[in-house]
Amino acid sequence: MKRRWIAATALAAAVTLLTACSGQSDEASGEKVTLTYANWSEDQTPAMQQIADEFQKANPDITIKVQTLPWTEYWTTLQVGAAGGTAPDAFWMLADHFREYAKGGQLVDMSDTVKSNNIDLAKYPKAVSDSYTYDGKLFALPKDFDTNGIWYNKALFDAAGVKYPDDTWTWQDAQDAAKKLTDPAKGVFGIAAPIDAQGGFYNTMLQAGGSIINADGTASDFGSPAGVEGLKFWTDLQAAKASPTLEQLSDTEAVSMFENQKVAMYFSGAYWALKFHNNAALKGKIDVAPLPQGVKRATVTSGIGNAGYAGSKHPEQLKKFLAFLGGSKAAEIQAATGTVLPAYEGTQQPWLDSMPEYKLQVFIDAIAYSVPLPVAGNASEWQGLATQYLGPAWSGKKPVQEAATEYQAAVDQVLAKK
Amino acid sequence: MTSSATKLPRRPSGRRGGVSAPNGWWALAFIAPATIGLLLLYVWPFLRTVIDSFQDVPAFGPATWVGTDNYTALLHDPDFWKAFGNSALYTAIVLLGVPVAIALAALIEQVGRGRALYRVLFFLPVVTLPVAIGMVWRFIYNGDFGLLNTVLSWFGVDGQFWVADPRFTIYAFGVVGIWMGLGINLIILGAGLQAIPKALYEASALDGAGRVRQFFRITVPLLSPSIFFVTVLTVIGALQMFDLNFIMLRGVNNTALADSKTIVYLFYEKAFVQFHQGYGAAIAVVLLLVIMIATALQFRLQRSWVFYD
Repeated sequence: MKRRWIAATALAAAVTLLTACSGQSDEASGEKVTLTYANWSEDQTPAMQQIADEFQKANPDITIKVQTLPWTEYWTTLQVGAAGGTAPDAFWMLADHFREYAKGGQLVDMSDTVKSNNIDLAKYPKAVSDSYTYDGKLFALPKDFDTNGIWYNKALFDAAGVKYPDDTWTWQDAQDAAKKLTDPAKGVFGIAAPIDAQGGFYNTMLQAGGSIINADGTASDFGSPAGVEGLKFWTDLQAAKASPTLEQLSDTEAVSMFENQKVAMYFSGAYWALKFHNNAALKGKIDVAPLPQGVKRATVTSGIGNAGYAGSKHPEQLKKFLAFLGGSKAAEIQAATGTVLPAYEGTQQPWLDSMPEYKLQVFIDAIAYSVPLPVAGNASEWQGLATQYLGPAWSGKKPVQEAATEYQAAVDQVLAKK
Repeated sequence: MTSSATKLPRRPSGRRGGVSAPNGWWALAFIAPATIGLLLLYVWPFLRTVIDSFQDVPAFGPATWVGTDNYTALLHDPDFWKAFGNSALYTAIVLLGVPVAIALAALIEQVGRGRALYRVLFFLPVVTLPVAIGMVWRFIYNGDFGLLNTVLSWFGVDGQFWVADPRFTIYAFGVVGIWMGLGINLIILGAGLQAIPKALYEASALDGAGRVRQFFRITVPLLSPSIFFVTVLTVIGALQMFDLNFIMLRGVNNTALADSKTIVYLFYEKAFVQFHQGYGAAIAVVLLLVIMIATALQFRLQRSWVFYD
């Protein structure tokens, strides 16, 4: 008899547990629900929390849990979570990962939400919102965006007696300055020339009049005359020893070299502004200028998008939150805290004002000549091949044209796989 | 699992009739959590991996059966063979740590007081996060500002870019691998040493055997079961190395990465970065086979050198 009693209790406990689990997914209106919102940036977490708090004030029934994952684990965790049904409800998305998620039906279609909330898509940089459109549907509202400029160290320019970069600079000016600024005795280099796509050779390929990937995403442009020209901008700097070697830049990233004042110029994005601003050692020493022009002006642009998980248990509340994340209030919080350059038009002034020591307007002016970051096909796969194929060109072991043609062949092969 | 489960009730019934069936079910109920856990967490993922290796599995969405395509592609993939070679070289280097561990274990055994302190010191890397170890060694190996090159410069030796120059990376990993494995090997070998009867040493000393002779004629043969065990563990662990590769060559811009991937790193990259999960599964299955063969081979070979009394 006693045994049966235990069994019954155990059964009852198990049943309670089951109902407790299913009770959570109950979708009755007015019930309190919790949504998770994942990001990969410790630096931006305070602003994300502030946005969440603001949303909760207006929606007391919805609790937002901000979750920060390290960059190295972010995509693996998200992928496994999405496949296994445990992904965060809302999360940051990047253009080069976006296609796989949209194609796999993992993201909340925002088209209806945009309509019902009267969200004006013209408020976002077209290049960014386009990069989150798949099959004609919008799957993420742009959170921020970035364009590229020349971060430069005024102290090193002064020491070498070189004029600061400005909007009149051509490629030749940049090359000349990089050589003049290089001082082997002090261990100072004029520029950092890593194999960097987004801040580096994509921009110069475009500036040389080339493209990166063609419009229908079937072929790349690395081996074309303009493509090679764009790559040569960087290999020339390496050949002139105006940059740390690739080995040096592997051990110590370009941005760290710049922060340690070992390189005078670093071509990169707006997203470093807050980090540099918070670095006391750089106070009053650095500024930013537009990228130099080749045949024309150009920069790639991209931005983070706020996406929702299609498998979320609370789709209605989630859409409400995503609409808020895409709105002006969330943008203003990001701007006022200096966190990033918000994507929402008209909210960028507070960002400029938050770090008045830098000519940050450069990044906003660059929107006029910006081109979306190419993300055709399996972007993570072909982008990952860059160092392997272009490395020999950077180190001077292979002619640039040869390395570029081989890289193009490898990229085109990846693009050919649907 | 089911076969052992159905057998369970029978066994007691042979000796004491009557209570068999209900007791059997209770036993089943008690082992159920462990069994279910094992099935769900080990057997099912294992089977899924084997199945996936015969499929084209995109990041999300339905998989398509491709037969042995993944394996054929694998055999013709130069990246796979390079990774295979890298893992083999790394394993060979880390195996050099076994004789080091034997010698150190014997030396620590000689220490009178403070033996525990040495053990703790050598064991620390074992309980340290591999990520932290990778980060620290990344600094040590830094070509411009690293500790290693600074020390080398005192002796007039030119430093190298240990983890950015593909000529050195695997060796650089190997040194860290030896250091990381030393602690656990010392514990196992130390336990083996203490099981050797002291009388043997006393008797051989009376017969005029010196320390060195004792080490090779008594210590090593009697320690051989422990040495064998440590060797098997080391090979399995080394073939599965991923963390050092992942942490120390972090960033797609590392110039050495393309030439320094281990098998498990390649698996990670294919399955989780490039979204080719079927191909990744095939790599995992091949690695499993390689480890099985390597281990079976060692069990075959041990007959000729491991001494069981």
